[in-house]
Amino acid sequence: MRKLLLALLLIGSPAFAVQPDEVLPDAGLEARARAISANLRCPVCQGETIDDSNAPISRDLRLAVRQRLLAGDDDTEVVDYIVNRYGEFVLFMPRAQGSSLILWLAGPAMLLMGAGVAYATTRKRATAAEPETLTETDKTRLADLLKK
Amino acid sequence: MIVELGHFTLVLAFMVALVQMSLPLWGAYRRDARLMAVADPAAVIQFLLIAVSFAALTYAFVTSDFSVKLVVDNSHTAKPMLYKVAGVWGNHEGSLLLWVLILSGFGACAVWFGGNLPATLKARVLAVQGSIGVAFMAFMLLTSNPFLRLELPPLNGTDLNPLLQDPGLAFHPPFLYLGYVGLSMSFSFAVAALLEGRVDAAWGRWVRPWTLAAWIFLTIGIALGSWWAYYELGWGGFWFWDPVENASFMPWLIAAALLHSAIVVEKRESLKAWTILLAILAFGFSLTGTFIVRSGVITSVHAFANDPARGVFILMILGVFMGGSLTLFAFRANVLEAKGMFSVVSRETALIANNLLLAVSAFVVFVGTIWPLVAELLFARKLSVGVPFFNAAFTPFMVLIAIVLPIGAMLPWKRAEIGRVVRSLRGALALAVAVMLLIYALQTGRSTLGPIGAGLGAWVVLGALTDLWQRGGRGDFGARLSRLGRLPRADWGKVLAHSGLGVTIFAVAAITAWATEDIRVVKIGETFPLGAYEITLQAVNKVEGPNYHSTMADMLVTKDGAEVAFLHPEKRFYPVAGMPTTEAAIHQGAFRDLYLVIGDPQDAGGYAVRTYIKPFADWIWGGALLMAIGGMFSLSDRRFRVAAGARPAPQVTVAAE
Repeated sequence: MRKLLLALLLIGSPAFAVQPDEVLPDAGLEARARAISANLRCPVCQGETIDDSNAPISRDLRLAVRQRLLAGDDDTEVVDYIVNRYGEFVLFMPRAQGSSLILWLAGPAMLLMGAGVAYATTRKRATAAEPETLTETDKTRLADLLKK
Repeated sequence: MIVELGHFTLVLAFMVALVQMSLPLWGAYRRDARLMAVADPAAVIQFLLIAVSFAALTYAFVTSDFSVKLVVDNSHTAKPMLYKVAGVWGNHEGSLLLWVLILSGFGACAVWFGGNLPATLKARVLAVQGSIGVAFMAFMLLTSNPFLRLELPPLNGTDLNPLLQDPGLAFHPPFLYLGYVGLSMSFSFAVAALLEGRVDAAWGRWVRPWTLAAWIFLTIGIALGSWWAYYELGWGGFWFWDPVENASFMPWLIAAALLHSAIVVEKRESLKAWTILLAILAFGFSLTGTFIVRSGVITSVHAFANDPARGVFILMILGVFMGGSLTLFAFRANVLEAKGMFSVVSRETALIANNLLLAVSAFVVFVGTIWPLVAELLFARKLSVGVPFFNAAFTPFMVLIAIVLPIGAMLPWKRAEIGRVVRSLRGALALAVAVMLLIYALQTGRSTLGPIGAGLGAWVVLGALTDLWQRGGRGDFGARLSRLGRLPRADWGKVLAHSGLGVTIFAVAAITAWATEDIRVVKIGETFPLGAYEITLQAVNKVEGPNYHSTMADMLVTKDGAEVAFLHPEKRFYPVAGMPTTEAAIHQGAFRDLYLVIGDPQDAGGYAVRTYIKPFADWIWGGALLMAIGGMFSLSDRRFRVAAGARPAPQVTVAAE
């Protein structure tokens, strides 16, 4: 989907995102580069990762990521390097800090609340349901009947 | 002239809808049969008028009437006929016309199939349905009229977006809309029930088919969209957690929850208030989806209408319908008395767990979708929420659902012993774990996603099969088989839909964990390896299409020297729209897709080429299709076809234990 807008913006050839000349010879480093760039947003496109984007700035970012990796940075250092320059906007996974904690905790909190309400309701229903169960003698009699 | 007729019938339909939303409601309040009787013909007439209107717009597109602004903006004489027709709904105004056509169509269906509904309930349902029609037709006539003419018609149009010129996408919007709008029926039934102050098993039985139908359409619509993205966008992604995708996914999740809770209302007369709330929320998410898509508030490529006036109007519609219905709910929910009692371990509880997980997962998607907006407005932070967040925050819920599902699906109603169910599932569990371990052992050094997905998928599918086997009862194989043949279709639907979910879970994990990618520069005549395959770029030719120029590659795929496929990936350029597209060539296989893409010529000679092996790709949509087919089985169940509620359907029951 995102290619569409991008193509509209760039009206150029649909160049592939990652170009053959960018790929690092070391497969391990390249895999790390791909994993990192899959979480980085192209700063000028609509919701595209720098990996899928054709914008020149994405190419620069992809090359920057690879340069930092070649320089020996670990994954967090590479991401920090980019975030320091372009802001947290480029992170597709907001860090669980400050107000973004709400984003991360909303789901689990809702689950706990819902589970609490659900448990209370079922308990209420269950206590009301008690008298309808079979007594021990009924059970044995039923078992006998079923065997026949 | 025909276009003006369409415009006129749309205005007329708006008037009819005004009558439909007011008189029957008043009649139901006064118990006046004559006023209530207005609803039936009004709903049918409204539908027919909008159908004429839609036909008129289609006519304008088919005949390329370039005095109509919408046709100029979205069509072209050289466009194939299929896309001229699809162009009708490939834009904001036309898609709204389709929206109200379907809306009124559902209203008319409620007349045609709702013969045995109590008069007051039916009048109220149709009145609520009519009021939704009023809102959307007012929206169209005031802000998005498809029938506007141009004073100076141009010679030709500016063409439909080339990416949308594709069979998969031609039918994607109608199905999605059938789903979105189908949920309006559940909503109308919920509001009508609140007005009546009565929800019983019969209500559950009436509302479920509509929800089921909407859910089936949504499933197909979402699957079509995802499949389109896979083959059209050029790198084989199938889900992007794009705001617009989320907009269709949230109602799907809520509708899935509603389907299940409606069963509890129908069979056990419990969870009434919750079911009503879900019905309201499901349509609320549909409206929210419409708002997100139409207003462009969370910008995304789908938002072809970035006009704030429209956004505000839809927000008002959303506010009135959600505010109104939730207020009504707050006042009337207490009259909905639950009847059925159940213990903590029971089918009822399992379905509550299902509802909890589905509803909360929809909530997570919702929060993630609107979070960038909230963060900017409230905290002045510009941030992004994308694929990695949703994968991390949403997946756990699906894992939990997959774990609980087979057990919950087999628990008896009312009161159950969990040990007994788990015992009967021992085989399925052992097999699923074996699959998981086997795959873990085979794929040393890769992510754990693959084995976990495969294990969960196997667990869900085997659990569904175990359920089916148990429903066959005791006795020899033949006796069991004949009993299975006589099972209610709803039971088959359940097994199929649950298996479909298992298949999709497995496929998503498999394609994510095991896809192979290769990017390189290839010269003509050169051969390169991809997994176990060898690929040769034989030639690159210029080809002319009906409304595009194409650069087409001939690529030969061989395995151990034997030809597997001769594929032709393309790069197209649509001169009218000035847009390029990539057309990947895909060789589909039962266990993997080969996905070839040709790119730009390189300065140093040769072409950039991207190739992928996508394991189990088609299983993703196969699973979705299974879910939809399961839904259809369930929809065709006898109890929905016999006079619903008038007399209890004779149950073809088999001793479950």
